[in-house]
Amino acid sequence: MIRSRTFWFVLPLALLGVLSLVVVKGGTLSRLARGLPPVEELTVDRVRLTPGHIILDVVNGGPDPVTIAQVMVDEAFWTHTMTPDRTVRRLGRARIDLPYPWVEGEPHHIKLVTATGITFDHEIAVAAETPTAGASYFLTFTLVGLYVGVLPVAIGLLWLPFLKRLDRRWIHFALALTAGLLVFLAAEALHEALESAERVAGAFQGTGLVALGVLGAWLLLQAFSGSGKGEAGEPATGNRQRLRLAFLIALGIGLHNLGEGLAIGAAYAQGAVTLGAFLVVGFMIHNTTEGLGIVAPIAQDEPPVRTLALAGLLAGGPTIVGAWLGGLAYSPLLGTVCLAVGAGAILQVVGVLYRVVAREAGETVWTPLNAMGVAAGLVLMYGTGLLVAQ
Amino acid sequence: MKRISRREALKRSLVGLAGVASATSVAKASAIGTHVNPHTVMTGGVPAGAGLDPTAFLTAFDYGVASKRANGQTVREYRVTAVDRTIEVMPGLFYAAWTFNGQVPGPTLRCTEGDLVRVHFQNAGTHEHSMHFHGFHPAAMDGVFEQIAPGGSYVYEFEAHPFGLQLYHCHTMPLKRHIAKGLYGAMIIDPKEGRPAAHEMVMVMNGFDVNFDGENEVYAVNTVPFAYQAQPVVLKRGELNRIYLVNLLEFDLLNSIHIHANFFHLYRTGTSLVPHDYTDTISMGQGERHILEFTYDKPGKFMFHAHQSEFAELGWMGLFDVKGEIA
Repeated sequence: MIRSRTFWFVLPLALLGVLSLVVVKGGTLSRLARGLPPVEELTVDRVRLTPGHIILDVVNGGPDPVTIAQVMVDEAFWTHTMTPDRTVRRLGRARIDLPYPWVEGEPHHIKLVTATGITFDHEIAVAAETPTAGASYFLTFTLVGLYVGVLPVAIGLLWLPFLKRLDRRWIHFALALTAGLLVFLAAEALHEALESAERVAGAFQGTGLVALGVLGAWLLLQAFSGSGKGEAGEPATGNRQRLRLAFLIALGIGLHNLGEGLAIGAAYAQGAVTLGAFLVVGFMIHNTTEGLGIVAPIAQDEPPVRTLALAGLLAGGPTIVGAWLGGLAYSPLLGTVCLAVGAGAILQVVGVLYRVVAREAGETVWTPLNAMGVAAGLVLMYGTGLLVAQ
Repeated sequence: MKRISRREALKRSLVGLAGVASATSVAKASAIGTHVNPHTVMTGGVPAGAGLDPTAFLTAFDYGVASKRANGQTVREYRVTAVDRTIEVMPGLFYAAWTFNGQVPGPTLRCTEGDLVRVHFQNAGTHEHSMHFHGFHPAAMDGVFEQIAPGGSYVYEFEAHPFGLQLYHCHTMPLKRHIAKGLYGAMIIDPKEGRPAAHEMVMVMNGFDVNFDGENEVYAVNTVPFAYQAQPVVLKRGELNRIYLVNLLEFDLLNSIHIHANFFHLYRTGTSLVPHDYTDTISMGQGERHILEFTYDKPGKFMFHAHQSEFAELGWMGLFDVKGEIA
């Protein structure tokens, strides 16, 4: 039987359509569905506190619509308004306004009771007024971003002249060290992404989203980093290639810092973190090592200051943007995506670093010095990470 | 932040609800939702689907169908049917209850000491049930060993003793669930000589574990939270009031009542005509019941509520509205 290619492509799709129609219209559904109450799921996506008011944004991540009958605050039924409707459809959102005299610095417990009696809890760990977008807000978070992102990375870049004075062996050590730093960052980001995924509304499939973010970022960078063409023929040690690598690292770190900024901004805005001097200094030291990673591949070159500044901005700048977003519009969904993309981007850079060293060093990538470099990178990150630990 | 998992939700629905009841509850949810202002829900108010009118329930006494035997003894025949019914506990909040006569609490049965009580019980529910009365009766009338299957029936017969405030409830295992789901009510056995004339009311303190986690989310007297705040209990100035107060709250060890700006005479279990106490607050365990007598001299609105503040804010709160000239 000879038919066109299109026919054989469309045939299964058409059959699938017919089957779906049979399931929906053919009455078999009543056999599959049991007379049980709907499986309800509701996630509090965001909480805002203004004086005397609590505002909740809720997302329905379950398969069925959810109707909220009552709201309790601190074990008391409370008068509230809900917009646009008391029933939140699948993947829909709604806003609940509670006039409630919340207490600064104390926890509050909210319970949403649905029409069928299922309850959903949300804890406000430390009540603090939610910042509103204004000049002072942007100034605060720009400062946070500058302190923990841009400036430390820039300081790290200043290691370039030092790296220049090293021989090839030690430059490979520095690259290995960078790989160690990045692997550590990736592990952290992955962990945080998965943790954040737990809070994502069910229908948005947090864990799947992490896989998508990590691999998506990795594949995208892989496809556009030019590793496919040219490199096989050209010597990989070319000036431009090394600069490209440096920017790739900067981009990866930048994406990671976007997630980090987001987390810091959100935690700060929600009152969960006080950015004490010690914590800021910790982040500074932690992130300075990121600057070192960017300049390691171009140690033998003479990049203009403008190029370096650009790379630094690419790596550190997103911290500021992340902090702005985190304070104003944080949601578990956004947080998860940012952290996952960051992790994927960093892992891709690690792969590139490996190939660079492999090409330059031939067979002997895993010299004791290089292995120690990776280990040293991990240890360095761990050590500076202790400063950030709460 | 705690999220209820799909598994938990499913588990809850499997153990919690009979299929028919839940299907209607969903349909009602959307129907009722359009009645109230979709944007604002006051926590109080008496929902249309509550299954009983809390104000009417206060003074509704079921004396049964009375007849006299040759020896002069009064016989009172009552009909009680156990039936599954989804009730709207609060505006928009539905609970798949098990009820006596379609209401929670069940009817307040009333008789006089020495009457022959005959309760024709029918089980129209989906689970085994029984009726267990507090008071004196033969073992076969105790509602423990004779479990009535769905579709079955039983006649409970006993002489009403001792006088006082009694109660009845289903005694099928698992007991906790059969009580928590609403199978209980008050029974008043009046003393032969009667009590002084008064404005009499029945208040059954109860609650509902709407998410089946072994804790009550909702507290009330006579089922509907804040009902007597939305519709205050009207009292006459200077008139003697008598509350038949029964605690049938499941899960919580204690419940209580406190009346504002007044004191009451307390008759424990109503088994004595001499008061045991003169106070304004009394705590009660499950199954305890007392008769409270008090008179308001001053007009205005006075609150009454559980003095567990948590219960009060979760629904067990009401108002007396004292009106008129001193009687």
